[in-house]
Amino acid sequence: MHEFALVKGLLEAVLEGARAHGIKRVEKIKVVVGELTAVNSEALEFSFQVLSRETPAGGAVLQVEKKKIQLKCEKCHRVYFPQGLKFNCPGCGGRNTEIIKGRELFVDYFEGK
Amino acid sequence: MKIFMAQDLLRANTGMAKRNKREFAHYNNLVINLISSPGAGKTTLLEKTLDFLSPQLKIAVIEGDIYTSRDGERLEKKGIEVVQINTAGACHLDAGMVAGVLKVLPLDKIDIIFIENLGNLVCPAEFDLGEDIKVVLLSVSEGSDKPAKYPLAFRQSRACVINKLDLIDYTDFDLERVSGEIKDINGSIEIFSLSAVKGEGLGEWCNWLKKMRNRKKISATV
Repeated sequence: MHEFALVKGLLEAVLEGARAHGIKRVEKIKVVVGELTAVNSEALEFSFQVLSRETPAGGAVLQVEKKKIQLKCEKCHRVYFPQGLKFNCPGCGGRNTEIIKGRELFVDYFEGK
Repeated sequence: MKIFMAQDLLRANTGMAKRNKREFAHYNNLVINLISSPGAGKTTLLEKTLDFLSPQLKIAVIEGDIYTSRDGERLEKKGIEVVQINTAGACHLDAGMVAGVLKVLPLDKIDIIFIENLGNLVCPAEFDLGEDIKVVLLSVSEGSDKPAKYPLAFRQSRACVINKLDLIDYTDFDLERVSGEIKDINGSIEIFSLSAVKGEGLGEWCNWLKKMRNRKKISATV
């Protein structure tokens, strides 16, 4: 349940941003979570509900956008979405790959009044 | 009003991990973050690795545990520096916890620091501690599906140790298939199959550690 630790970081950032922009009530927060992260969306939402209570973000909608894993073959430079956990390049079969997408874990934006 | 942020949720940890990394680089310590599920044999692997590598190399262990210091006490018997972190319920070590104990270690006299993470294959994979290398450990008695269930730990690791090889005949663990699945997730990972208890395969693992240590030393002097 490290989602609690992540949501603490999320709330600190959003509440600081809200203060800086004179926002009294946060209504929506959008986070982006890559498939190759150890983050569970339900645990993220649960942690958010618990930790945001009695803050200006209490009751806000937490929208989680998931990003598929995208890799780049280091040999032939092909960029592709792997099938399941077979990360090998579908073109040349190369096994050494760079992660292009899938490791995202960030607050995209928040909305409020 | 809509405010765009693009703020990394792990920013605080990442910043602290970078500070730890600079500190380790300054003292030229090779730092290894050892990750596994509970009971895979992290502490036993470290005990046997210490027998193999010290006293040629000066080794210290940062020992993560939720509540106890039992593993730390086992390692202290080997006559090395051990510093204990109790997370009091938290499921992983973070870079701040590691930063908090660095001042008690004589970093200038240490070649390799092992950080024994908590028994958990999920959360530790996400939190950098400032290490050079993550090593993931799994044991044949845990079954064959660990890489598929916890791909991030295997993707993030430079090496994988498959432990308890002496028990393989009593399990349905398919070494070849699992090794293939690990390589599918991470093509450049080194895989060491061994039995920490019996000593089989330990030499190759320890030689690799020595090689990594030398590589760090050379890169520091260039």
